[in-house]
Amino acid sequence: MTTATVPAGSVGPATDVPPGTRFRTCEFTGRSLHDTAMSLTRANAVVSVVALLIGAIAAVLIVLTRWQAVHLLPAVWFYRILGVHGMSMLIFFIIFFEMAVLHFCSTALLNARCSAPKTSWLAFGLMAAGALTVEGLMWAGKADVLFTSYVPLRAHPMFYLGVIVFAVGALLVCGVFFANLVVAKRERTYVGSMPLVVYGAMTAAIIAVITLVHGAMIYIPTFLWSLGYMNVDPQVYRLLWWALGHSSQQINVAAMVAIWYMLGALTIGAVVLNEKISRSAFVLYILFISMASAHHLLVDPGMGTAWKITNTSYFMYMAVLASMLHGFTVPAGMELGMRLRGFTNGMFEWLRKAPWGDPGFSSLVLSVVVFGFVGGITGVTIGTEQINIIVHNTLRSPGHFHATVVSGTAMAFMGVTYYLLPLVFQRKVAFWKLAKIQPYIFATGMFIFTISMTFAGSFGVPRRHWDISFTQAPFDVQFNPAVDVLLALVALGGLTAATGAFIFIAIAVKSVFFGEPLGRVTPQVAMVGVPQGLTHPPQHAPDVNARWEELHGPKMGWMGPAPGTLVLVFVFLGAFMLYFFVNWKVLSFVWRIG
Amino acid sequence: MHIDTHTGLDSPKGNWWKPAHKAEKTWVVIAFAWCMVLFAMMPLWHWKGGQNPSGIRRRTNPAQFYQRTLEFTKQYKVGEDRGMPIVAPPPGSDVYLTALSFQWTPILRLQRGKEYILHLSSLDVNHGFSLYPINVNFQVVPGYDYGLRVTPNSSGDFRIICNEFCGIGHHTMVGRVIVDEPTAAPPSTPGGGQ
Repeated sequence: MTTATVPAGSVGPATDVPPGTRFRTCEFTGRSLHDTAMSLTRANAVVSVVALLIGAIAAVLIVLTRWQAVHLLPAVWFYRILGVHGMSMLIFFIIFFEMAVLHFCSTALLNARCSAPKTSWLAFGLMAAGALTVEGLMWAGKADVLFTSYVPLRAHPMFYLGVIVFAVGALLVCGVFFANLVVAKRERTYVGSMPLVVYGAMTAAIIAVITLVHGAMIYIPTFLWSLGYMNVDPQVYRLLWWALGHSSQQINVAAMVAIWYMLGALTIGAVVLNEKISRSAFVLYILFISMASAHHLLVDPGMGTAWKITNTSYFMYMAVLASMLHGFTVPAGMELGMRLRGFTNGMFEWLRKAPWGDPGFSSLVLSVVVFGFVGGITGVTIGTEQINIIVHNTLRSPGHFHATVVSGTAMAFMGVTYYLLPLVFQRKVAFWKLAKIQPYIFATGMFIFTISMTFAGSFGVPRRHWDISFTQAPFDVQFNPAVDVLLALVALGGLTAATGAFIFIAIAVKSVFFGEPLGRVTPQVAMVGVPQGLTHPPQHAPDVNARWEELHGPKMGWMGPAPGTLVLVFVFLGAFMLYFFVNWKVLSFVWRIG
Repeated sequence: MHIDTHTGLDSPKGNWWKPAHKAEKTWVVIAFAWCMVLFAMMPLWHWKGGQNPSGIRRRTNPAQFYQRTLEFTKQYKVGEDRGMPIVAPPPGSDVYLTALSFQWTPILRLQRGKEYILHLSSLDVNHGFSLYPINVNFQVVPGYDYGLRVTPNSSGDFRIICNEFCGIGHHTMVGRVIVDEPTAAPPSTPGGGQ
């Protein structure tokens, strides 16, 4: 993307590839795109959006039920749809999209081919079959066990088998990803080290393997248990299930951060500040992030204090350190990218002059901000052993993870889709005006939703609950009147975000199936349906290395090449400290427990 | 020091293990120090703080635990509220609370400022102990006895909400804890609302 490097495209695909392997050259980046790999990317992305649609419809039904003034669904359907929402979003939407990212990053970014097309399609088929089985059983009421399916709640055996088949498919794709990397290296389709974005995707793939192994360790015994062949201890189930359930969120984090680097590069020519720091941070994810299963077991009877403290802190917060490093290097890379292109005035000209009308860029910024300020801060705080006492299973918990996995990961996935539509699908982005405002609608909705949920949870409002007016309970429970207002705000935010999601789905479906072919793109001429990063490629001047030296020189002082970002991260740190210690203070008021 | 300006989409050439700028190093050090503070707070609170989820934890047999709850109920029963026994154990004693779909049994009557060892377990599936409106939450797992030393610091009429999905009647599962002033004479139990 920069003029300073040899364009990776000039290396090109190797000549000794199997016959019938077809490539096209990307008109924007000059990279060689393997047809089959692009088909795989497209297929996985399309299924992912279908799952998003199901999950979003379920979301609307859920918020309209939890809004006590409306209370739409009957109890049995509420819990059923809640399960559907969890599986559709957190498993099928996210993982299918991640499979698309793995196929894309291991081929397109390396000029490489998909090394095992048949296996890849088999994996896709397995995943689709597993997903269909699970969805079918959930809608049919044969698996009313919610997303977590805590033993000894019992679902139809095929439910567990469906999850296993899906996971086997995903595991195969991870294998293909690693094989692609090896083949690309052997066929010398690129020179130097693999790009940072691919490195991030590789991190996601490695964590995915760890996660899926845990998944097998718990779903296979549970499948056998459901058939009556063995016993599964409820506490062991919770331990191993969360080694799947939470670690899979770390696949999302790694994939999301990789996409942050990708979108920064595509939209404003963000550069890599320091490969050493960014890559080391990814390694920290791999080493420590699987310990986060403990976040869900802090007030469980099965584990002791030392285990809880060691694990919940990812061995002394090393994975939090990783996120705080990316939280600096991603915006700093963006700032430096803009400064290198001449936006050097003051602290924040690089932000003021950024392409806010480019949905790829606005998604990126909103994803970073809400993930960090809401998702990150709440997550680390409520994952503290003792603070979890005033959080566990209240609405604070979904308040947190909707800020990470929805406002962060899903937002980033949507943002990159605006670029994948022209780059991979070779279509213009449909409903272009709506596309420009979609990230703002979605992020605003999610922000209101997550903040209101967090506050409602502070009043002790439980999550996964059909009726907090407790009309059928033996004893009355009177919530603070503020809770009614907060739950109405949850609904308002949720419906706004769902509107954003539906707009995104409409754009994706229209573009892919009924969209206008991309046609010829003239550089420097704005074009409806094509993001600014493609019509106005953020190229760096030929003297970019000299500019880099200058920005790293004494002229910029101790704050270095990205002073604006340094200010922002200290604002973040201040907010973090405040929230963290306020929670300790609140905890100190409750009954003595030990 | 540097030289190969590139984006995250480009392959870095040669050795990319290069020293970071002073400002970047500063952030790494500060972030690391903050992580150590985050970590230190947990052992520190075990030492100085009053709220910890440690407890006395052991395996149990659901039937056995329920039997123990029934004996405890019989021993200290002082009344009833809509068919549910009210139990007033002496301060310092072991208190047994069983969760089963979809109720908490028995109703507890405690004294402010006195310590009790509250044993939680479930007869069937996972349940969630959520003391309302104090907002204290614990996971109740079948087969495990979670013995927590609790000292109520306020008197009043409290509720136990189940906050772990336990089946179709989950939202009806509400229990009751009454906390009296320590000087109160033998209790006359007020009604539990509604």
